[in-house]
Amino acid sequence: MTTVSWSSEPGTSRGPGPFLSVRDLSVRFSTEDGVVRAVDGLSFDVEKGTTLGIVGESGSGKSVTNLAVLGLHDPAHTEIDGEIWLEDQELVGASSATLEKLRGNRVAMIFQDPLTSLSPFHTIGRQISEVYRKHKGASRKEARDRAIEMLERVGIPQPATRVDHYPHEFSGGMRQRAMIAMALVCDPDLLIADEPTTALDVTVQAQILDLLKDLQQQYGTTIILITHDLGVVANTADNVLVMYAGRAAERGTVREVLSKPRHPYTWGLLSSMPRLTSSVDAPLVPVRGTPPSLLSPPAGCAFHPRCDFSQLVGSDLCFTQRPDISPENGHGDACYLTLQQKRDIRTGDTKEHA
Amino acid sequence: MTSFLVRRVVGALVILIFISLITFYLFYAVPRDPARAFCGKICPPETLELVRHNLGMDKPLFVQYWLWLSAIFVGRDFTQFGPCPAPCLGYSFATQEPVFNAIVDRFPVTLSLTLGASVVILSFGILTGMLAAWKVGQPLDKIASSSSVIGASLQIYFVGPLVVFLLVDTLGLLPRPSYVPFTEDPLTWFVHLLIPWVVLSIIFTANYTRMTRSQMLEQLAEDYVRTARAKGMSGRSVFFRFAWRGAMIPIITIFGVDLATLLGGAIITEQTFTLHGIGELAVRAVQNTDLPMLLGVTVVGAAAIVILNIVVDVLYAFIDPRVRLN
Repeated sequence: MTTVSWSSEPGTSRGPGPFLSVRDLSVRFSTEDGVVRAVDGLSFDVEKGTTLGIVGESGSGKSVTNLAVLGLHDPAHTEIDGEIWLEDQELVGASSATLEKLRGNRVAMIFQDPLTSLSPFHTIGRQISEVYRKHKGASRKEARDRAIEMLERVGIPQPATRVDHYPHEFSGGMRQRAMIAMALVCDPDLLIADEPTTALDVTVQAQILDLLKDLQQQYGTTIILITHDLGVVANTADNVLVMYAGRAAERGTVREVLSKPRHPYTWGLLSSMPRLTSSVDAPLVPVRGTPPSLLSPPAGCAFHPRCDFSQLVGSDLCFTQRPDISPENGHGDACYLTLQQKRDIRTGDTKEHA
Repeated sequence: MTSFLVRRVVGALVILIFISLITFYLFYAVPRDPARAFCGKICPPETLELVRHNLGMDKPLFVQYWLWLSAIFVGRDFTQFGPCPAPCLGYSFATQEPVFNAIVDRFPVTLSLTLGASVVILSFGILTGMLAAWKVGQPLDKIASSSSVIGASLQIYFVGPLVVFLLVDTLGLLPRPSYVPFTEDPLTWFVHLLIPWVVLSIIFTANYTRMTRSQMLEQLAEDYVRTARAKGMSGRSVFFRFAWRGAMIPIITIFGVDLATLLGGAIITEQTFTLHGIGELAVRAVQNTDLPMLLGVTVVGAAAIVILNIVVDVLYAFIDPRVRLN
């Protein structure tokens, strides 16, 4: 008896690894003014059942990366390189039929503004149930029951009545709950939440984040949470990826990145945030300058024009050579400063603040 | 819904009274004396006075208007022409026939023309616009977009005779345009009106192609369309089940406005193809200083536009649940 080994062809399958693995991803848009390098050589992994927070300023490539996971960019104007593996499935260059089967089913997404992101012309129930019918082949009746069940699960009162309402009859927080119900109706393995709380007021924000956390605990969903709010990350995520100008600036667990940040950009982000522990008079320090144009990003490290420490590195590394994230695994950052230099800067920094 | 309709109908009546009042006043602001025209070339002053009295034109303007308005509901007795039962719009100064009957005779012609052209405009314009949006940037889009510019620059009285010459006189494909009542023979009605419909709709259709295209493209860039894609809906179902509804709302709005222009276009079309519709009545009434006829045509035309606009408003609510009718 011969052993048949099902070793797959290279490029179509691979062994056990992270649940989602993004390798050297580049997303370029061709515009009238030239090519925009929205994401440029980004790699990261997400383990099953965990939450990855992706943080960065507007235009740092957070949303672009995640739309690429779902293949939602307009192929006529977009060029995507690199690899995106969802377990053993390569998503870059996958057929539109494959992606359609994936979207809303294994990978679901919720968006920033629940008012504009829901169709104003269809009832909430219909918008939820059509996902279920499409992917699970359920009957109209089954899908409707499922929609009611989902509305109940996300905490909408009187779901059996609410199911027939239109989005404009819902409040902002309820719309986002409905959006989450819609995203979770097929029990996806991966949920991408693109600034899910930005358009909501603070008390509703907290409710929505708690809801996501609860649902993750119950169903083991993997979550990518895109935000520009480090506070949200601190409360919800397991790991953090800080993005700057389409690249990874720093990555690590929430504890590592927030308590021992290594990249000057992360320092900037943290010192621009109010803290309960610091004195009332302590000034909030914004990151000086503005994000670079991705049409013609600065040579070397994209952050160098805004960085106060580039002269410490010696030579002109910061201005000529693009830093890669190191070390390969664990807490890493893309900066030429030595760990000792960083520690010195940080202790000086804390002294100044204290 | 009922309260919405009641409000709209009341509003419509107010509009119609306004329009008739303005038309009535305008008519007396023109320097020509209808009584003199009615009286004939040789007209002694006593006869002119008598005519004026018989036409009721010796009364104050306001009383004259009131008599005209009340006649619509209760009828009126004319010394000159005899009784005129409600709804009475008076007798034509020029032909001495009851205005109401003349309009009822001609109305089906103009209505057929306008409604038929609307169907052509909406179906063809929306269809080509959607195709152009579906194939945006591709040859089909470019053909649809550029031909819509050409269409928009054509004129009825130029295209009309040209089409008749080509399709009727030279190729003999279609009969010469004329009006056969729908109730008599629907097929003949259809075939004989085909050329006027197409000619009348050419300039409008182009506009609707362009609007539909740009509206569809705008809708496709909306967040909720992206959500639908993210749910796994195919490009086709997103296009035909989601985006079109948003695109139709502005188009219906514009169509409500265009109805008036379309009616004006119908008048030119009637003249071009010598169809005996309301337009012909209106033109003749102006030429003859025929006040009752002019008033009648104006008010009936305005009523038609107002009613069709109410229909448009009701359509709104069906397409967009955010529009509440009560």
